[in-house]
Amino acid sequence: MQNVSQTSQPALVEYLLRLGDNALILGQRHAEWCGHAPALEEEMGLLNVGLDLFGQARHWLGYAAELISAEGGQGEVDADHLAFRRDAQDFRNLLIVEQPNDDFAVTLGRQFLFDAWHYHLLTGLVEAKDPRVAEIAAKSLKEATYHLRRSAEWVRRLGDGTEESHARMQRAIELLWRFTGELTEFDAVDEAMREVGIAPDPEALTASWRATVEQVLDEATLARPPFDAWMYRGGKQGHHTEHLGFLLAEMQALPRAYPDATVW
Amino acid sequence: MSDAMQLIDSDRGGLPPAGAEGDVAAVMAVLQEVLDPEVPAVSVVELGIVREVSWVEGRLSVAVTPTYSGCPATEVIEEAIHRALVTAGYADPRIERRLSPAWTTDWITAEGRDKLRAYGIAPPVGSASKRSLLGAEPQVPCPQCGSLETERVSEFGSTACKALYKCRSCLEPFDYFKCL
Repeated sequence: MQNVSQTSQPALVEYLLRLGDNALILGQRHAEWCGHAPALEEEMGLLNVGLDLFGQARHWLGYAAELISAEGGQGEVDADHLAFRRDAQDFRNLLIVEQPNDDFAVTLGRQFLFDAWHYHLLTGLVEAKDPRVAEIAAKSLKEATYHLRRSAEWVRRLGDGTEESHARMQRAIELLWRFTGELTEFDAVDEAMREVGIAPDPEALTASWRATVEQVLDEATLARPPFDAWMYRGGKQGHHTEHLGFLLAEMQALPRAYPDATVW
Repeated sequence: MSDAMQLIDSDRGGLPPAGAEGDVAAVMAVLQEVLDPEVPAVSVVELGIVREVSWVEGRLSVAVTPTYSGCPATEVIEEAIHRALVTAGYADPRIERRLSPAWTTDWITAEGRDKLRAYGIAPPVGSASKRSLLGAEPQVPCPQCGSLETERVSEFGSTACKALYKCRSCLEPFDYFKCL
């Protein structure tokens, strides 16, 4: 629906969509746990993490929508438009966040691999030259710090737990590993954002993410697959796994059926 | 808003006079009566989310910051603040949402902490440093019996801003307002 390349800051809009879509899609995965979590306390935990992510998505997508709207020609666009009226190929989230919940180990393993990256990315974005990016990052970082503490604790607990929990967490890491290449792969959009002082140094981000992952997996007595393993890629550029379409079908059904509704 | 109010025929007199422009204390007195809908023991002032009271060309403007990015009470709180100010006679107040600097539990006032405890919620322990977010568990005193023999049950409690604890002395479960 929106043509990003027509805005005066196409790279910034792309970058904001990536940040917002990561939070939105992972938040939606968390919402799917509602009524299905292994324990009530963990259900509250999962849904509250999802709620934090939705809040962050609203801030990032809200900023992107302002830039798109200011350009004119596409009418007034807001965060809800971006969340509910785009198709899969318009989404810019990482492949790892759209992967299905599977079991509790996969959900928490996915969360940990993402949190470790999100935490270091946001730490860098707090210093962004764009004040809007810096303030949203500062707000999100507090939440991401807590998320990382929780997900790392679960990886350790399950990895260094029973034979069954260890096997499940090891399976989760191996299942998800092929989607982690994107976390440390940087393209022209990242480069443009780094040049204007928004995105952090990619090499430093890669080193920090790898150090956190190595440390926690080691403490969890889990085997770490090689960083140079074969990796899937393309989510950031809009090439997704088949799972995203199904996720969007559920997430967008109501607002697409009643696009003018203000109360559901 | 004032025009609309005049359409209502009433023998109860008009709106109370609003505080004078620049009278921040009068505005804060009104906001002191606006309670957090999720923790109705503390006001928005005691919670530390009212960041600035100012007047722009005669129009009252109140800056409010959300506790968490996804706090579902944000809109409800902004509406409650708006309603309280209009009821107190401030015509068309502006409520500005401000993200920066990000809210911290350090801004919860001493009275707010006492009220939380009396309500059965353990107030945040210590100050919101990176250490408290990443590091070791804080020692959280039970809001019921004061015992330090407590343990965390879950990282999240009834809302995003709280964790679930239980007291090993009096066996009561309780919410802990997390340090952020």
